[in-house]
Amino acid sequence: MPDEIPEIPQEVLDLIGKPLYREETGFDIEMGYVYNTLAAVQNGNPLYWDKSVALELAGAQIAPPTMLSVWFRPHYWSPGFEGERTALQTHFDMKRMLELPEAVISGNENIFGAPVKIGDTLTTCQVLKSVSEIKQTKVGLGRFWVIDVETVNQDGEHVGTDSYTCLGFRRPAQ
Amino acid sequence: MSVADIKNLTADQVAVGDELPRLVVPVSATTVVLGALASRDWRPMHHDRDFAINRNGMKDIFINTPNNAAWFERYITDWTGPRGRLGRMKFRMSSSVFPGDEMVMSGTVEKISTDDTGCCWLDLSVAVSVDGEVSTSCQTRVAIPNDENDNPWSRKADQWKP
Repeated sequence: MPDEIPEIPQEVLDLIGKPLYREETGFDIEMGYVYNTLAAVQNGNPLYWDKSVALELAGAQIAPPTMLSVWFRPHYWSPGFEGERTALQTHFDMKRMLELPEAVISGNENIFGAPVKIGDTLTTCQVLKSVSEIKQTKVGLGRFWVIDVETVNQDGEHVGTDSYTCLGFRRPAQ
Repeated sequence: MSVADIKNLTADQVAVGDELPRLVVPVSATTVVLGALASRDWRPMHHDRDFAINRNGMKDIFINTPNNAAWFERYITDWTGPRGRLGRMKFRMSSSVFPGDEMVMSGTVEKISTDDTGCCWLDLSVAVSVDGEVSTSCQTRVAIPNDENDNPWSRKADQWKP
């Protein structure tokens, strides 16, 4: 292993598989954000625009599955918080703990479970699934890590998993 | 609107190799900013041109990944109709989409299968391209009805295996 990047610290290995940063949505799932998303991509799906269609097909008004990550992004500002608030905190923890100053999301996979209904309260947690050995990549020397963001609703039903493959690295000069 | 009046793709109407109709979207700064804010992504590279160019070294502000996913969803369900239910999406990002670009969405049916619960799945390969180069590709699974009486959204718990 090259000298400049240390072994994977035990404190990182100890985190693998453990639920981290359990968090509840800051507001109940609401239709206003759904309309914003539909408008931004000109999505005319009547499942979301027409309440009677939603009730007949899904039994309730629901949000588009691809909005799953939307519900957990922090407000830009809220009382009591200072500075920038970040989503996917485990990713930033890995950068720091593995001493890799640069990082990019190199892959993303979403798995959609039970539909997210208007009025739902969702709970998420982040799970570090793996950390790779050191790899030489086009952007520099680094490691890949995989973080799953698992989400359940107020009834404990799985509503989705958002899986991120991240590359942390040092540029050649770093 | 009645559900019976809405056209939906059913299993008997699709074959491996079928291509989804292309969707062409001219991208403006408004497209990028609307998408970023709708997805609650407040990072400045998606709304602040000066930051994107002078701090990030990008050509301009660019479409964020969650909004990219929303475009893919719209593209797929435009084709399937509202009974189409996304099960899984896997993205590969190659380059960014900027204001002034013309985003072209395309897709192909790679596989058709029925799982042990009787749910019909389509594996699709879809992509966003700009000037003929793929910007983001997406492998996705979407459930469609077997026939006009089927409804993937009614599947719950162990009847839903994305």
